[in-house]
Amino acid sequence: MSAPDVLLRGREITRRWGGLLAVDRVSIELERGSVHAVIGTNGAGKSTLINILSGEIAPSAGRVELLGHDVTAWPQPRRARAGLGRSYQRSTIYPSFSVFENCRLAAQARNQKPWLWWQSAQRCEASTTAARAAAHRAGLDELLERPAGLLSHGQKRQLEIAMCLAIAPEVLLLDEPLAGMGAEETDRMLALLAELKASHAILLVEHDMDAVFRIADRITVMVNGAVIASDTPQAVRLSPAVQAAYLGGH
Amino acid sequence: MVTRGKLLFVVAAFVLLAAYPYVAGQFGVDLVTKIMIYAIFALSLELLVGTTGLVCFGHAALFGIGAYATVLLSPENDAAGLWWLLPACVMAAAAYALFMGALSLRTKGVYFIMVTLAFAQMAYYVIHDTKIGGGTDGIYLNVKPVLKVGGSTLIGLNDAGSFYAFTWVMLLLVFGLLALLLRSRFGRALAGIKANEQRMRATGFSTYPYKLAAFTISGAIAGLAGFLFAVKDGVVNPELLSWHFSGAVLIMIILGGLGHLRGALIGAFAFALLQEFFQSEAVFGAFAKHWLLGLGLTIIASVALLPRGLVGVPDQVRERLLGNQRDRRSTTERSDERT
Amino acid sequence: MDFATFLIQCLNSLQYGLLLFLVASGLTLIFGIMGVINLAHGSFYMIGAYMAYALAPLVASTFGGGFFATLFVGLVLAVILGSVLEWAFFSFLYEREHLQQVLMTYGLILVFEELRSLIVGDDVYGVKAPDWLAGTIPLGEMMTYPVYRLFISGVCLALALGMWLVLTRTRLGMMIRAGATNREMVQSLGIDIKFLYRAVFAAGVAIAVFAGMVAAPVSSVYPGMGNQVLIICFVVVVIGGIGSIRGALVAALLIGVVDTFGKVVFPQAAGVLVYVLMALILLWKPDGLFKAG
Repeated sequence: MSAPDVLLRGREITRRWGGLLAVDRVSIELERGSVHAVIGTNGAGKSTLINILSGEIAPSAGRVELLGHDVTAWPQPRRARAGLGRSYQRSTIYPSFSVFENCRLAAQARNQKPWLWWQSAQRCEASTTAARAAAHRAGLDELLERPAGLLSHGQKRQLEIAMCLAIAPEVLLLDEPLAGMGAEETDRMLALLAELKASHAILLVEHDMDAVFRIADRITVMVNGAVIASDTPQAVRLSPAVQAAYLGGH
Repeated sequence: MVTRGKLLFVVAAFVLLAAYPYVAGQFGVDLVTKIMIYAIFALSLELLVGTTGLVCFGHAALFGIGAYATVLLSPENDAAGLWWLLPACVMAAAAYALFMGALSLRTKGVYFIMVTLAFAQMAYYVIHDTKIGGGTDGIYLNVKPVLKVGGSTLIGLNDAGSFYAFTWVMLLLVFGLLALLLRSRFGRALAGIKANEQRMRATGFSTYPYKLAAFTISGAIAGLAGFLFAVKDGVVNPELLSWHFSGAVLIMIILGGLGHLRGALIGAFAFALLQEFFQSEAVFGAFAKHWLLGLGLTIIASVALLPRGLVGVPDQVRERLLGNQRDRRSTTERSDERT
Repeated sequence: MDFATFLIQCLNSLQYGLLLFLVASGLTLIFGIMGVINLAHGSFYMIGAYMAYALAPLVASTFGGGFFATLFVGLVLAVILGSVLEWAFFSFLYEREHLQQVLMTYGLILVFEELRSLIVGDDVYGVKAPDWLAGTIPLGEMMTYPVYRLFISGVCLALALGMWLVLTRTRLGMMIRAGATNREMVQSLGIDIKFLYRAVFAAGVAIAVFAGMVAAPVSSVYPGMGNQVLIICFVVVVIGGIGSIRGALVAALLIGVVDTFGKVVFPQAAGVLVYVLMALILLWKPDGLFKAG
């Protein structure tokens, strides 16, 4: 068995807001070829954790390592350029642009070249090609010309993923990508994630327990900012601590 | 492809403007020259507010610095060389814009509006109170700059006709430059920052340098407008940096229509004509000196009733008539529909 | 500078700073609670000053009242004006973007300025302090200090304290603070949010008007006074930090010091100093001196 390819590592991540300990010495590893799910009740610190990993919030203590670099001090755009993609719980898209333009502008981040002021952005081969590829992977081929604001909720979530993929990341941080989706859309999204899993390291924050147990290779359970279990889905399901704290009502 | 209607409008506007001096009297030429200068000023702010979403309430400072630089850098009794004076004044305005932007862009939202206003006041007080600016009366430009090659004068700006032509060319160049800029990668990035800055950052754009670049370029163009203003009238005064003028140029682009380059043109015209109207004693008699009242009420009414500005009126009328069955295409912003 | 002069400038700084703080709190109250940026806030200050000038003889002849009677009448009028304005105009601004609020309230400034010009004219007026406050107290051997300026400082401090108490210790204050963070929740609790907003707005207007009335004897009454104070209030809010009352107080006092001493030490650059201060602070702390809270 080859050594696990750890693409993103969080070491002893801690975050305090005044007197409140939002994240308490959480360590997490994302390996290529796996989906690592983070679950927990509301207020468990999952959002804060993902924001620290993406670079939107600075940790009070601890380190974040991306592809071997210590990126704790790096702002989010720099991490994104280094290969860290992020999707949000609330669709963070450009509603007035077309689906295609949404993906293209995202892809432009890899090839910014702002000094070429006389060239039309639409003629940028790099971004247009990447945009079409990302939209195709997310299943949006039929919708390229539609204004993104007019998409259905499920389609917006697909676009959210497409924009993530357009920057050709190696690590994906997905914050509740299945939120508000029906059964068919969920299946499609999970199929996409299964496909992406092979070449990426994926962090998945989710509330949909069925989906989590279907797709995750590893599950970390957080309660009140701390990790109470981090193991294979089977082990987590059987863990008494987890059952008491979280899965109790199921 | 830019839609035919919009291209036609812009071409027609420039053709009409080019033809105007041949049919108009001195007053008309003077007025329209002033309006074209306002239009350049408005276009500069459109880049900042309409495209990038940065509401700056201090843009007059950059206009005023361009104007004052023109007078201060020109020799006392000789014609300055246009080839160095124009770039120098533009650079002066750009320099202050860089300073102002670097500090202001650390703030967001309403605070950005307040900070830009304050920085403009700073420039205003420097000009108004210190010896640099010559005080409240302002200072005079004694001799207008010329462009000389060898011994012959290529561009002389002394008569109204040639100055009108020069201004027209400048307006055309600025419009063209911005049209190119808006469809370029840089321009699309600015539009993305306005639409969703968070997503821009999440995909890997460091947004601060982009915003600062937009601010500086915008300031440079405002400085150009100020330069033209100083050369036109040969006199500058501190009120060119007042926040009332900053408010006026904001109103121009809102009135015209945010997010469209031609909106800046339309807005500059509309504002100048409104100003003439409310100040006209023929219509208002003794009330004409209280023209700001009419302007204030117009501002309130136009923001309340014309949310998309004059540019949006055809669509608003169409919606009213067809009962909100908007053409789907018109809701998609393609990168080339910005003019 | 000898000690007595220094002390006088300190007291002047305090008085100016506290007055600024009072006006700025009205501005931030309305912005913090209703999310409306009101450029016309300075106009209310101006209206207060002109009221002090115009109402005094009216109140004296009708009620035979003096200074406090005029203040009281002015406050009542201010509350009425604020309520009517909120109902007729500002309530339409809550849902709008900041740019639209900025422009509409800017238009309002122009309307107020011209109405004032039509009603009272463009002259500069002086207002006398009431006799019982017009004296001076001795400072050291040769200098004296006007009692009225101490009165201003005292009154501003008392009002600020009163506002803080109402906001933090009373049920009304709790409702106001709740309405700021979650409008729908407060409504679903059965509290009339419309009335709440109207009350807060009227209070904000009354504070600005009161500040103008009280300041009139020392600052005199002139056309551009509203705009001047507005812009300085912006600087207070920017320096003090987003949403921080403590920050606004510190910033207002800081500006009071810089402006007052600046006029004495660098009379040429006096107008610019406050903005230089702002630039320096933004360089050091881009978010202002304090964080919200």
